[in-house]
Amino acid sequence: MRGLGLILQPKLLTLRTRIRQERGGGGGKVMIVAGVGLIFWLAVFGVLYRVLRYFRGVEEIGPLLASKLLGLALLSFLSILLLSNVITALSSFFLAKDLDLLQSTPVDWLHVYLAKLGETLVHSSWMVALMAIPIFTAYGVIYDGGWAFGPFALVAFLPLLVIPAVIGSAVTLVLVNVFPARRARDLLSVIAIGAAGGVVLLFRIIRPEQLARPEGFNNLLDFLTVLRTPTSPLLPSEWASQSVMGWLVGPFQGFPLALLWSTAAAVVVLGAALHNRLYPSGFTRSQEAAERFAKGWIWHILLDPILGRLAVAKREFVIKDIKLFFRDTTQWSQLILLGVLVVIYLFNIKALPLFTGERVPFFLVTIVSFLNLGLAGFVLSSIAARFIFPAVSLEGRQMWLLRSSPLDLRALLWSKYWTGTVPLLILALVITIFTNVLLRASGFMMAVGVGTIILLTLAISAMALGFGALYPQFETENAAQIPTSFGGLVFMMSTIALLAGVIVIEAVPVYGYLRATFFGEPVRVNAAMLLGFGGVVALCAAATVIPLRVGLRKMEGFEF
Amino acid sequence: MIRLEGLTKAYGSFVAVDHIDLDVPAGQLFGFLGPNGAGKTTTLRIIAGILRPTAGRVWIGGDDVIANPMSAKARLGFIPDRPFVYEKLTGGEFLRFVAGLYGQDGAGVEQRIDELLELFELAVWKDELVESYSHGMRQKLIISSALIHRPECIVVDEPMVGLDPKAARLLKEIFRHFVDRGGTVLMSTHTLEVAEAMCDQIAIIQHGKIVARGTMDELRRQTESGDISLEDLFLRLTGGAAARELARILEGP
Repeated sequence: MRGLGLILQPKLLTLRTRIRQERGGGGGKVMIVAGVGLIFWLAVFGVLYRVLRYFRGVEEIGPLLASKLLGLALLSFLSILLLSNVITALSSFFLAKDLDLLQSTPVDWLHVYLAKLGETLVHSSWMVALMAIPIFTAYGVIYDGGWAFGPFALVAFLPLLVIPAVIGSAVTLVLVNVFPARRARDLLSVIAIGAAGGVVLLFRIIRPEQLARPEGFNNLLDFLTVLRTPTSPLLPSEWASQSVMGWLVGPFQGFPLALLWSTAAAVVVLGAALHNRLYPSGFTRSQEAAERFAKGWIWHILLDPILGRLAVAKREFVIKDIKLFFRDTTQWSQLILLGVLVVIYLFNIKALPLFTGERVPFFLVTIVSFLNLGLAGFVLSSIAARFIFPAVSLEGRQMWLLRSSPLDLRALLWSKYWTGTVPLLILALVITIFTNVLLRASGFMMAVGVGTIILLTLAISAMALGFGALYPQFETENAAQIPTSFGGLVFMMSTIALLAGVIVIEAVPVYGYLRATFFGEPVRVNAAMLLGFGGVVALCAAATVIPLRVGLRKMEGFEF
Repeated sequence: MIRLEGLTKAYGSFVAVDHIDLDVPAGQLFGFLGPNGAGKTTTLRIIAGILRPTAGRVWIGGDDVIANPMSAKARLGFIPDRPFVYEKLTGGEFLRFVAGLYGQDGAGVEQRIDELLELFELAVWKDELVESYSHGMRQKLIISSALIHRPECIVVDEPMVGLDPKAARLLKEIFRHFVDRGGTVLMSTHTLEVAEAMCDQIAIIQHGKIVARGTMDELRRQTESGDISLEDLFLRLTGGAAARELARILEGP
């Protein structure tokens, strides 16, 4: 075990140094992250607390509903963890920088396996583990689990982290033995993201909210049968759910818990055996590069007519950024998730029970159409955080080239801004126009929606780029990790503030329109309306210009 | 061609470059030597416009790098010691992109890309992504990128690292040819035989300060060393005790 401790020591020391550095950098950052985390926890806890309190009040089927809900939550955790472990295992077992050292020193293979398994588990599970805390707390509080419920929940939950980590690592091990690691990474990213998107889409389209509406079933017996049947009796998530609910509402059964731990132990042993057999050949294969020729001329044929009038440096920069995006599987594969997100968004709007009554509620439609702007803005912010925020960070390693050449940094920022903004703007317009058509919004609301979303997109895009330059992550090679940094959090908080500001200011003219239409009066362009729309234009213009200027100034001071 | 005046770079209380004055005349291959951590790379990166100096000024061909960076940088080709390039571009695309940064495009650039890749034996790799290049191939690609816009001077940090003997020889010939045609090269290197054989003048930096400069003969005169090699001269100026210490450690107790 001393060998295992030694392998893990550099990681632990690095973690300790990072924590010290974060503390040294001032308490503000830690406070903001802790504050946002706490708000998130409280929100999850609050929603679940209300739901479970309602369930507890329902005779007979209350505990069944609570158990079903926990089973579903743990099942989704299990699927997320499996996918995330498959991806993470590739980095920790085959692409990590410490592997050459570990392979060249006389370290026991079992210690390497356990250390790397632990690393994979921690990297891929910490977010799910954090998410589980308010969930279990809500169950413990509502069903009076007592002081021992916390440790018990941990005992029931831990195997749920170990099992997918071992299976995910084993899947990766087998795949790397078939494909070279870099090719396998490309394949896995697409498969994992496609699968995740599919699961989310399926989950939404089956409309789980109907489960809470017994009137949707033919009779109560059907409903009860669905509730009593275990969702997935052969999966560890069901065993964990049974253990936890057994503790909370009785009767307590030791068997599911024993099943969980014995399965976890068995998969670790099997995983180690598989590792011993396949890892040496897999590691050798992982050193092979994915030799690939690229057909860059296609991009020139497509883009040269559009970008022909731009200055050479700007044109080459835009073409370079587009090529890099579409050649990096970890980047373009995110578009699958984006597509899923948009479909779910439109599906949710369509599923709104607005047109169920005899008369179309004009008031409600206008309000929903207006508030939809905020929601669409939030979706656009998330997309900007993923695709535009990392743009400056991703240039970090090549900054020697950009800074030593006569490239004007304004040209760089300009290229990055429009490369990100144009697709975002197209998406924003599609979302807004489609949702307004689905909502049967009036011409006035359509014009307000389209105008506002254009201004918001320009601002959100500029803020993503500006905050990305203010909080660069030059050492991170994976673009997907950059938005989860502190800077990404600050960017999201700032865009939420902008969205709130726009909604509040614009509420004045929209209220004027609503009032006039409701009383059958003609809509007048008055001072309040002009002031409201003018305020939105001014706010969005400031949110566009200021971040770009601040970002530019920050970039001018970058040193490498 | 390259002139440094009172150049200083401090990181907090640590002074990496301490009031350096240096004049690199046009048409010369100038060697910039010093032990690890002496301030060579920092100086070269300031000249290339990547780092901003704490004090002092840098001129390239009469253009101030801080006040007039565009004109100054357009005259320069920079070759760093660590070859980070865009992994998902092909060699040909990378060179086209760099030419674009210098405002150049068209048939002339395409022809030059082919010539440079041919010269460095990378022509067959032209359409392959850089991620599959070896360290030496990347270094060759970066050297090509520094030459793509026909610079007036080249600033190069450790050019021989990672190059095979044939490429190293080729690079030496390219630099010599470049200088013979009026170009200027400022080169930092640890390969003292190369510096001794190639450089017209040499400056030695230690603890951020220039401790000696001139031709080989001038350096020998300054240090009253007689007819010794550059390696001996370097060790005399920068302290050679470490080599004896190393021998003692390797021999063991």
